[in-house]
Amino acid sequence: MRRIGRDDAPQVTIEFEGEPLTARRGDSVAAALLAGNHRSFRTTPVSGAARGPFCMMGSCFDCLVEIDGAPNRQACMIEVREGMRVRRQRGAGDIGLGHSTGGGREDTP
Amino acid sequence: MKSRYDIAIVGAGPAGMAAAAAAAGHGASVLLLDEQSEAGGQIYRAVSRQNFKDRNILGSDYYEGLDLVSELASSGAEHVTGATVWQVSPEREIGVSKDGTARMVTAGQVILATGAQERPFPVPGWTLPGVMTAGGAQSVLKSSALAAPDAVFAGSGPLLYLVAYQYMKAGIPVRAILDTTPRANALRALPHLPAALRSIGALMKGRRWIASLRAAGIPFIKHIEDLKLTGTDCVTGVEYRRGKRWRKIDAAQVFLHQGVVPDVNLAMAAGCAHRWSAAQLCWHAETDAWGETDIPGIAIAGDGAAIGGALAAEYLGRIAAHGALHRCGCLGRAERDSLAAPFRRALAGEMRLRPFLDALFRPPRRLRIPQGDATIVCRCEEVPAALIRESVALGCLGPNQLKSFSRCGMGPCQGRFCGLTVSEMIAEARGVGVAEVGALRLRPPVKPLMLEELAALAVEPVSMPGKR
Amino acid sequence: MASSTHTADAIVIGGGLHGCAAALYLARSGLRSIIVEKDHVGRHASGVNAGGVRRLGRALPELPLADAALAQWRNIRDLVDDDCGFASPGQVKVAETEAELQALKARRETLLAHGFGHEEIIDAKQLRELVPALAPHCVGAMRVRGDGHADPFSTMQAFKRKALSLGVRIFERAPVETLQKRGGTWRVTSARGGLEAPVIVNCAGAWGGRIAGMLGDYAPVEVQALMLMITERLKPFVKPVIGAQGRSLSFKQFGNGTVLIGGGYRGRAEPERNLTHLDFGGLAANAAAAAALFPAMRGARILRCWAGIEGHMPDGIPVIGAGMEEGVFHAFGFSAHGFALSPIVGKIIADLVATGAADLPIGAFSIGRFSRPAA
Ligand SMILES: Cc1cc2nc3c(=O)[nH]c(=O)nc-3n(C[C@H](O)[C@H](O)[C@H](O)COP(=O)(O)OP(=O)(O)OC[C@H]3O[C@@H](n4cnc5c(N)ncnc54)[C@H](O)[C@@H]3O)c2cc1C
Ligand SMILES: Cc1cc2nc3c(=O)[nH]c(=O)nc-3n(C[C@H](O)[C@H](O)[C@H](O)COP(=O)(O)OP(=O)(O)OC[C@H]3O[C@@H](n4cnc5c(N)ncnc54)[C@H](O)[C@@H]3O)c2cc1C
Ligand code: FES
Repeated sequence: MRRIGRDDAPQVTIEFEGEPLTARRGDSVAAALLAGNHRSFRTTPVSGAARGPFCMMGSCFDCLVEIDGAPNRQACMIEVREGMRVRRQRGAGDIGLGHSTGGGREDTP
Repeated sequence: MKSRYDIAIVGAGPAGMAAAAAAAGHGASVLLLDEQSEAGGQIYRAVSRQNFKDRNILGSDYYEGLDLVSELASSGAEHVTGATVWQVSPEREIGVSKDGTARMVTAGQVILATGAQERPFPVPGWTLPGVMTAGGAQSVLKSSALAAPDAVFAGSGPLLYLVAYQYMKAGIPVRAILDTTPRANALRALPHLPAALRSIGALMKGRRWIASLRAAGIPFIKHIEDLKLTGTDCVTGVEYRRGKRWRKIDAAQVFLHQGVVPDVNLAMAAGCAHRWSAAQLCWHAETDAWGETDIPGIAIAGDGAAIGGALAAEYLGRIAAHGALHRCGCLGRAERDSLAAPFRRALAGEMRLRPFLDALFRPPRRLRIPQGDATIVCRCEEVPAALIRESVALGCLGPNQLKSFSRCGMGPCQGRFCGLTVSEMIAEARGVGVAEVGALRLRPPVKPLMLEELAALAVEPVSMPGKR
Repeated sequence: MASSTHTADAIVIGGGLHGCAAALYLARSGLRSIIVEKDHVGRHASGVNAGGVRRLGRALPELPLADAALAQWRNIRDLVDDDCGFASPGQVKVAETEAELQALKARRETLLAHGFGHEEIIDAKQLRELVPALAPHCVGAMRVRGDGHADPFSTMQAFKRKALSLGVRIFERAPVETLQKRGGTWRVTSARGGLEAPVIVNCAGAWGGRIAGMLGDYAPVEVQALMLMITERLKPFVKPVIGAQGRSLSFKQFGNGTVLIGGGYRGRAEPERNLTHLDFGGLAANAAAAAALFPAMRGARILRCWAGIEGHMPDGIPVIGAGMEEGVFHAFGFSAHGFALSPIVGKIIADLVATGAADLPIGAFSIGRFSRPAA
């Protein structure tokens, strides 16, 4: 998307997928990514399909990204902060828990 | 935030701002909660940011919002921004999260002013990146001055034409407007025209937008019957059908719109009664003349109860505030009635246009109920139309059962973008009315809540397991 | 429709899992039954529960039934032509202190004395290997291999489908209004007309006490609204079902990644109106218990909370067996753990109806154990 209107707004630099991205103070994370021409924000946990923001008002939950390591954050509802690290949400959220090794579908004596 | 208020209002759009401003100053403590970072709601989103020097881009209706914002600011009501409300109980306990902390606030009177959302528009490809709602496009335009050149606008309704018109005013090229308003609607709207003519100004506004768009040479293609968005990782094109012919245009950005419907989640989760509106094809809250629902002390004002537009929302907000002030003992009956009277008159004038608009922009059945089997109905759980029809064939009677048949409605949006579609689809498949099929049963939290927020909630359990 | 009379060998009141299981086994014994359900099949506890299939922690009288039920669950496809989403990753009850671990060990000794060896004790290291995401302070646990969970919805649908395929008739939206005995025949009136049969099976769940009363029996059922909450989808991190000795908690991750959290916390039930109300105080306590054991879960988001109506008996075990009047059988009041038992209880009821005897000990579940309070 293209920025129009006033251009005197203070800037904020965030990181998206490890690359710096300049945004404006007051932008939502989704707006910042759209301004950087990123339309796809995540892949779904069900089919792996790509998704981007849809409603931009906090209703559809399609804009989910990982922010500073926390998964499933609503990009359209969270404002950018200097130094914020944003990543695409890939499938289900990873909250950094060790993946289970024991048990299994069957655990019979 | 205190733990108790006389009046608490959820939503700082025109309805909520007006309600808070009207309620303050009568001796009642007034709290206004909204998850946005500033007052305005949808129509007046970010109005105080002054993102554009040129006021013609967003238009004078938008800047009207500044008056409300300043009236609110000087009213004495406590406005908490960034506050997401995830429950309102019948006992008027409001669960609210702000900055990662959840708390419970109790209010003597609650006014829900949560507004509208755009109607689900389940066409093939509507989940592709690059496809947004027209309202979503407008949101980033207002709050971040962002626009997508060469976008295709598709659908029907005033907001669609308005956003395209705002784009045009901003000098952003629009590829095309694909209008799905059915030809037959004009005839259906005709009986409502005489009443609407008394609001001739508002009526002409829409006509002017469309005329200007056409005059600017933007293709405005009417009577489109079917729509498909194509692409794999992002949208790349739009296919549309008029009569028998399919055509295709390239597009990297598509904005969809099919009107707005009340955001009922909070009110339904509170247990407020709703009924099916055949005119607006959505659920309406049952409210009395003061906006009060069947749950004493909980009122709904604005587009959250029934779609009436921004001015109606404002008047309804003021009316609801006077009702709440009366119920909490701050206003006598006569005083309440006389204070509310001018807003009732203004409201009546404002509502004259509504039946005409409802009939004219009524979305056709084939764009509300997916015709193809593969079209996704539930965006969150990626449930295709076929699975819903199969579930009905297997004996699924309503949307609540459908959850277990298909996981439809069980994702994070909590049915906001599938609920209406599903109720209508099941009704159609069963050959009964939507009212009989009912709505998805909604439960708090109506917005996701972090486990640690919930864990830290300072509320005593009524009982603990194992103890009586 | 309303004036016709339907006849059968048995009328089953309640279209939950127990009603469907009983009807299914009755059909296998050659007995024709009709299920009358006031709402729709699976509308109540059977459709909204946590799906836990466990022997861990069960009351002694229930263990023979739980053992037999587990054998049925392992081959559930043979019974209902569907795997019901059954998985057996084991169940684990965590001890956070030495004292809690001692209590678990004592429980194990008690079970051993009664001939049940399924509850094992594991130490902190084994526990960590089994459930790496657990908080490091946990000192050990009780583990039951072979326990697990099934998917309540597919289970409910599979039992219903199988019952139908065996000729069972199901009348939904048909609340039983009156029950009368004339000669050797019970006559039931419902919104779907009259029904007649020599046998009544009361599988009315939380409403079982009311139906028992109409049949001349007495059972003090406490109606409770048990609450559950579920998270968004997360990458897989825990396989067994987790409980705790010192906290009320039940915690499991489904194959789709969602995590179900419960533990017997109660909301408020309005059984007459089919309504439940959540208590966020209880849910907060439940969330705190989960966060204490799984610190990394703190940032996970709860998407939905709900409550289901369940009937609880004062001693925490169900009513199963014959009633006072000829031709009356009860199976209700499963006190929050009846999902797992449903296949075996269905068989027991059918055996009782068909032969007058069950091949498992059910004396402890007799409705006669309760006496009417003095007026
Ligand atoms: C995206 C969009 C754009 C629109 N743009 C226009 C326009 O340009 N012109 C026009 O005439 N009409 C527009 N409309 C129609 C609009 O519905 C009304 O004109 C008007 O905004 C309705 O006012 P309201 O006060 O009822 O609700 P809204 O203005 O929608 O305000 C509702 C407020 O409630 C807040 N809220 C909702 N749920 C919660 C919660 N759980 N917790 C906390 N806060 C919550 C929202 O953040 C929002 O600020 C738009 C509608 C939408 C959906
Ligand atoms: C939240 C929750 C979690 C649970 N978790 C587990 C678990 O993990 N593991 C486990 O083993 N158990 C669990 N349980 C318990 C288990 O769900 C129940 O014990 C079991 O489902 C009971 O089955 P039922 O058929 O007896 O009752 P129900 O499913 O309640 O069925 C009874 C039916 O009778 C009908 N009825 C009542 N009165 C009438 C009338 N007058 N006429 C016609 N019909 C009538 C009702 O409408 C109802 O559908 C849980 C329960 C709940 C609520
Ligand atoms: S774009 Fe819809 S919730 Fe963010």
